[in-house]
Amino acid sequence: MISIKDVRKVFPSKQGQLKAVDDVNLDVKEGEIFGVIGYSGAGKSTLIRMLNGLELPTEGSVTVAGRVISKIKGSELRKARQEISMIFQHFNLLWSRTVSENIAFPLEIAGVGGSERQKRVKELIHLVGLEGRENAYPSQLSGGQKQRVGIARALANNPKVLLCDEATSALDPQTTDAILDLLVDINKRLGLTIVLITHEMHVIRKICHRVAVMESGRIVELGQVLEVFKNPQQQITKRFVQQVTEPEETKETAEHLLERYQSGKVVQLSFIGDSVEQPLITNLIRQNNVTVNILQGKISQTQSGSYGTLFIHLDGSEQEVIKAVDYIRSQQVGVEVISNG
Amino acid sequence: MANFTEIVKWTQLLEATRETLYMTTISVLVTFILGLVLGLLLFLTDKGNLWENRGINVIIAGFVNIFRSIPFIILIVLLIPFTKLLVGTMLGANAALPALIIGAAPFYARMVEIALREIDKGVIEASQSMGATHSQIIFKVLIPESLPALISGLTVTAISLVSFTAMAGVIGAGGLGHFAYLEGFQRNRPLVTLVATIAILILVFIIQFIGDYFTKKTDKR
Repeated sequence: MISIKDVRKVFPSKQGQLKAVDDVNLDVKEGEIFGVIGYSGAGKSTLIRMLNGLELPTEGSVTVAGRVISKIKGSELRKARQEISMIFQHFNLLWSRTVSENIAFPLEIAGVGGSERQKRVKELIHLVGLEGRENAYPSQLSGGQKQRVGIARALANNPKVLLCDEATSALDPQTTDAILDLLVDINKRLGLTIVLITHEMHVIRKICHRVAVMESGRIVELGQVLEVFKNPQQQITKRFVQQVTEPEETKETAEHLLERYQSGKVVQLSFIGDSVEQPLITNLIRQNNVTVNILQGKISQTQSGSYGTLFIHLDGSEQEVIKAVDYIRSQQVGVEVISNG
Repeated sequence: MANFTEIVKWTQLLEATRETLYMTTISVLVTFILGLVLGLLLFLTDKGNLWENRGINVIIAGFVNIFRSIPFIILIVLLIPFTKLLVGTMLGANAALPALIIGAAPFYARMVEIALREIDKGVIEASQSMGATHSQIIFKVLIPESLPALISGLTVTAISLVSFTAMAGVIGAGGLGHFAYLEGFQRNRPLVTLVATIAILILVFIIQFIGDYFTKKTDKR
């Protein structure tokens, strides 16, 4: 559906040339929710803007839904843009128009007739759950409602691709989850391909199938979300993964635990996919002569399975503890011994 | 009271008011259109905008700055040959129109430009991402989104135009300025000047009231 080939984008700046996007290759499949994560200034904004021609690559080509976006111009590009919608961090609604009129705007642009337009607006309002707010102005809506208008507006012309530019970054956590659920729902119902950029791993975890990690213009890591969570390669990826898997205070907690438990071992277990559902701890205690103390844990849901970490303290004779650790390893659970007590 | 009506000739006052209204209305209408076009061009040809073009931007900005800086009374005199060519005479209300418009349009153009700059760039980007043409962006986004500022700017411009008509009146354009100067000042009848002033004040208040009403009504922010 989307193919980015050898793309480079250079901005001239006072301190010489600024490489915003550097040698990026990427393919996004039809119906996929693809996430790009990176800190601000990593080039993800520039990258997503090249997908609808708001930015042109300095080198390389961008193809979306069979059209070479980086080459076409004028009316052909405008036609293509009707199939590649975008939603924004700050919603970008027209304050002079009501909810209905805002949703009708892209239909006016596409030249859809009056009665047809009204029918479509009604459907979209129902789709995003804004019944009863049709005649409100954006200034009368909450952030979440504004983004729902943004989504309805983006879906008006039945696009093939939806681009989300930090679409939830201005929303509170609860509203973020509601909007993300709506995006997943739309993806499943309409088979829409979604590309989103964000700096929150939570967003990637919750709705993306695949993720690309960007750092200073380059994609440094790319893969299935669950794979990336299980086995992050780059330092930056590890930091992002920690955002959702480990509570902030984990490190301090671990140090504290090591001081407290003089004997035995503190072990960090990582569960991926099916292993989350096994009664691991029960089996561990039944088959090994150790005491198990659960210290801290968290399980996160992703689109393709669960991912979790658990800190436990194992105590018993040294031999038994080693045996227990080996047993856990044999259950396809990641084990990391924090330190010997 | 009989004395009062004798001094202030009501039919003359009425005629003068009608002339002022005529000059103001026509010049406000033309100034609105001309100022809007110039303001849009100033905005659109500026750096980072749809029709970015440094050459055109500099030319329009120069034109606007020059005509905005010339004191109106001097502008009228400077434009006499132009007015004669255009209208055929330099007397009467019609002869005042070219100077009024050329004096006010650049002023309004700057206000239009400021109003357009207030629009969130993201909204323009969003319309582009939907595949809007430039004319759709101008008529469906830029103008509606800046409408309250365009109206309040026009109100200020219209009030300036009322005072411009008074100055033009002294030169021979007719209207309340002419009435106050010739009938009042020249004939040493301060009462006539006072009545003309009150008429102008009422006109200005009405313009302000209408302007404020529509500014508020169109502002949904």
